[in-house]
Amino acid sequence: MTGSIAAIGMGLAVIGAGIGVGNIGGKAMEAIARQPEAVGDIRANMILTAALVEGAALIALLLSYLAA
Amino acid sequence: MRFYQLPIYKSLLFSILFAISVLPSIGQDQGQNPAHRDTSSKAADTQHDANTDASHTAPGEHETHHEFDPAATAFHHISDQNIYSIGPFNLALPCLLYTSGKGWDIFSSSRFGFDAFGHGDGKVAYNQFVLHEGQVMRVVDANFPSGEVQIENFTHKEATNNKGKKIEVPYVVYQDREYLLDKKSTADGGLFGGGVTSFYDFSIGKNALSMLIVCLLLGWMFIRIARAYANNPGRAPKGIQNLIEPIIIFLRDEVAKPFIGAKWEKFFPFLLSLFFFILGLNLFGQVPFFGGSNVTGNLSVTMVLALLAFILTTINGNKHYWQHIVWMPGVPAWVKIILTPVEILGVFIKPLTLMLRLFANITAGHMTLVVFVSLIFIFGKSGQNVGASLGASIGSGLLSIFMMAIELLVAFIQAYVFTLLTASYLGAATEEHHHTEEKHH
Repeated sequence: MTGSIAAIGMGLAVIGAGIGVGNIGGKAMEAIARQPEAVGDIRANMILTAALVEGAALIALLLSYLAA
Repeated sequence: MRFYQLPIYKSLLFSILFAISVLPSIGQDQGQNPAHRDTSSKAADTQHDANTDASHTAPGEHETHHEFDPAATAFHHISDQNIYSIGPFNLALPCLLYTSGKGWDIFSSSRFGFDAFGHGDGKVAYNQFVLHEGQVMRVVDANFPSGEVQIENFTHKEATNNKGKKIEVPYVVYQDREYLLDKKSTADGGLFGGGVTSFYDFSIGKNALSMLIVCLLLGWMFIRIARAYANNPGRAPKGIQNLIEPIIIFLRDEVAKPFIGAKWEKFFPFLLSLFFFILGLNLFGQVPFFGGSNVTGNLSVTMVLALLAFILTTINGNKHYWQHIVWMPGVPAWVKIILTPVEILGVFIKPLTLMLRLFANITAGHMTLVVFVSLIFIFGKSGQNVGASLGASIGSGLLSIFMMAIELLVAFIQAYVFTLLTASYLGAATEEHHHTEEKHH
């Protein structure tokens, strides 16, 4: 299997996005536990923020395609 | 899209493989021939090639000079094809091929004489076109005879592309000579290993047919629902209305109204179309043994969807939207100099991530499923170890069911996320100006 330094870069970006999405999910759970009546708003904003963080990982994916 | 030349995806796949089980290393580079770049050379090892029978069915016997390669199998199964497979049966699809300098070739892919059960390798070449692994390819060599010609089989060789990267090149064997094959042109400008080749494929392939089926299904369903509302105004919904009405109300109250604001009604039809189109295709791709189409996991499809969102955002952007991009009010001048390029980049990055998110999620799901099924062939050493493959079949079946359950969830989440983000971009573009410190993205 031919490796690529771009694959390592992609992996690092995924670590960053993973930490970010994990934080968002954790904090959203805390918020829902504190305020169960706001679950709808929190969920929508959680998914929106997670999607934006995921965007960074996706750009890294594209750039690693270009570099590979 | 030909992604299987990319080491990054192979690495991703292999990390999945290693994470779920302790496996002996899967050699891919064993016993491969050195690069042959000439278009037609004598078949070096005829006995070798005789093993590569075109009528095989097990993916494990894909290439005899390889061990089973799960990455290549996965990429083969997620790509668009010129045949439609229902279970093990292959059905022919129309081929519309344009060759520069030669014109159009329009025929049915049944002309290639592929097996009803099998892997989509044609036994006949037609007008220098052949069917290899379900995809139409063209013989580069002009000396190859036109019209219908019986061909022997296909081989693969390793070559180096103009970027210096090792790639696998398909060859067709005809009268003991090997002829280089061209894949169809792709519009990626060589980004993903594709580019303009000697022909263009405008066929109604597997993906296009799936898309048509889904559009017809959705059209039929929604016209029926709309009629039901028109005929029984004010009555309680019944039948399929009960399924769709809560989804539409959810999208209206949780997506369109809060994210777009006052002008939500103008964009709501677009958002609903996006949501149900993506959801329909995601779910259709989940149906086992029915084409296994990967439409929303195709960059061209997601690109068009993202482009629609981009065009709508751009033409509906009001003065404040552009002002916030070009010259952000309320920040010092030196910050504006940094901010403006970032904001302008952001205009293009938003649809780009929309496109990639849907594509990556659906493709990754489909590939993981194929790799789980591949475990049977990896453990069973392509049929040599029956006991191990039986054991792996049970494990693989359970893992696949688990993965399909997750994919069902992902189908809904990705359709929702695409709609939600499009709504938020449209909302940002049409938002009326309230105060200078307004959120700008």
